[in-house]
Amino acid sequence: MFVSLASMTAVPTSSPDPIASAVTGAGSAGSKREPAIVVRGLRKSYADVEAVAGVDLTVEEGEVFALLGPNGAGKTTTVEILEGYRSRDGGDVGVFGVDPARGERAMKERIGIVLQSSGVEPYLTVAEVVDMCRGYYPHPRSLDELLQLVDLTEQGRVRVGKLSGGQRRRLDLAVGLAGDPDLLFLDEPTTGFDPGARRQAWEVVRNLTRLGKTVLLTTHFMDEAQYLADRLAVMVAGRIVAEGTPEEVIARRSAATIVRLRLPQGAPALPSELRAAVAGAARDGDAASGGVIELRTDEPTAFLNRVTGWALASGFAFEDLTVTRPSLEDTYLALTGEADAPSGPAT
Amino acid sequence: MRDLRLLIRQVRYENRSFWRNPAAAFFTFAFPLIFMVIFNVIFAAQVSGSGRTAAEFFTPAIVAFSIVNACYTNLAISVSIVRDDGILKRIHGSPLPTSVYLLSRICLSVLLGLVLVVIVTAFGYLVYQVPLPIGQLPGLLVVLLLGSACFCSLGLAVSGLIPNAEAAPAVVNATILPLLFISDVFIPIDKSSFLATIASVFPVRHFSIALQAVYLPASSGPLSLTDLAFLVGWAAIGLGLALRTFTWEPRK
Repeated sequence: MFVSLASMTAVPTSSPDPIASAVTGAGSAGSKREPAIVVRGLRKSYADVEAVAGVDLTVEEGEVFALLGPNGAGKTTTVEILEGYRSRDGGDVGVFGVDPARGERAMKERIGIVLQSSGVEPYLTVAEVVDMCRGYYPHPRSLDELLQLVDLTEQGRVRVGKLSGGQRRRLDLAVGLAGDPDLLFLDEPTTGFDPGARRQAWEVVRNLTRLGKTVLLTTHFMDEAQYLADRLAVMVAGRIVAEGTPEEVIARRSAATIVRLRLPQGAPALPSELRAAVAGAARDGDAASGGVIELRTDEPTAFLNRVTGWALASGFAFEDLTVTRPSLEDTYLALTGEADAPSGPAT
Repeated sequence: MRDLRLLIRQVRYENRSFWRNPAAAFFTFAFPLIFMVIFNVIFAAQVSGSGRTAAEFFTPAIVAFSIVNACYTNLAISVSIVRDDGILKRIHGSPLPTSVYLLSRICLSVLLGLVLVVIVTAFGYLVYQVPLPIGQLPGLLVVLLLGSACFCSLGLAVSGLIPNAEAAPAVVNATILPLLFISDVFIPIDKSSFLATIASVFPVRHFSIALQAVYLPASSGPLSLTDLAFLVGWAAIGLGLALRTFTWEPRK
């Protein structure tokens, strides 16, 4: 039922497969283009902590690639190496075929960076900041277009220090897009956004990919990854533990269908052959009568027949019976929770 | 050529930004003038015995203070702030070379300093009838440029040693205020005193002495190459240190 750790670790190696990437290449991209980002065997340690412990990644041109993982998993370190901020201890890294550690201006002219915390002059106005940043690039987007894109046209003459948190974040996005980059790094771009602003930001990112731009996104929000990402990778403790399209990652981790049900007061305990399917956190909780029990099965039709047959035969009805496919969040929690366990990843 | 255009553009943005921060503008511009008036009132009697008026002493002294304030104090604190705000990090990830960005801040500091020099000199001339150093203009420019280079490089160096922006004013003032007191800037110091001996190791005294020489050639003696050499030496030390200590990374 659970995919074993041994087979999990085999997943990342399938990613550079050219056929797979052509299939997942998000329509707009041709299949023969050079990947925007190639990472092989990347390593980086701080003092005696190995923040990145052998990462392989390929991001094709024109796709949105999401890097997921808990705090301290090594996402930001990986991205900052790609952005040219940090040196690495080992491995090969190429951004448009250039090693970002060399700090080449030509490479920096092709990328846009939206950092987690913004660094923008507080005393300048929105329009001044965006225009100042446009000046750094050979072929910038127009000022009006940039302000429109992040919905800050009306705030053009407002000083940056007076913006709200969400407006500030949108300004960061405009600054990242000022040079009309081919590759945009987005580090948790919608943290602190209200739902409406998030939708808006997502639409901006979607529109970028329609123009053939590549996006590397880190996020804590699974709905964000599911909505935006053509492909994603889950990083835990410096390693990639799953990679593929959101559907592939969910399917590879567990094909199981989740059945959630609640036994009414006074119902008999689940028979042992059904209890074997109890999953995850509910395992400990099923002793508590009246609690929701989560069951997993690879054969939902037959399994439901058995479960409901047992209930009918015992003379009661389940409360709150639901049948769902695992979401990306379920899969993510299983992947990251597993790697947190004392046994740890096998490799 | 392209970098020069970027530099000029950046200086204009930094300048705009500077004037919109009233606190910084006040400390850089109002301070020297306030000090000039106060010192002239307080020390009128003490200086008069040395063959020059208080105003004759304090005009070059406040010119020195203006350059130190604009170049060392202002640059060190503002670089610490833009580092902690993540602005240096953003610049580092953009095609604008970090050196061009820093140069824009240096240019702004020097320009602000030079504007102050003009204001202080005009103020001394109009209010206290201190003669303008017209005959010494080339010497004055050399002293001002060397002084600016020296205190900018030291300001940049010390910003690399400052733990965070909140600590910046404390660190900067702790390093510069004692020197300003013993270096013929705030108070005239007897040449043969122990304090003058200590001060002559550091650049501030050499700067103020050199400025006295160009403002008051009659009573101060000629411009000494030793003073200029000290400014060049400290500029080199500051630059070397700055190259080692500089970081774009916020220290919070």
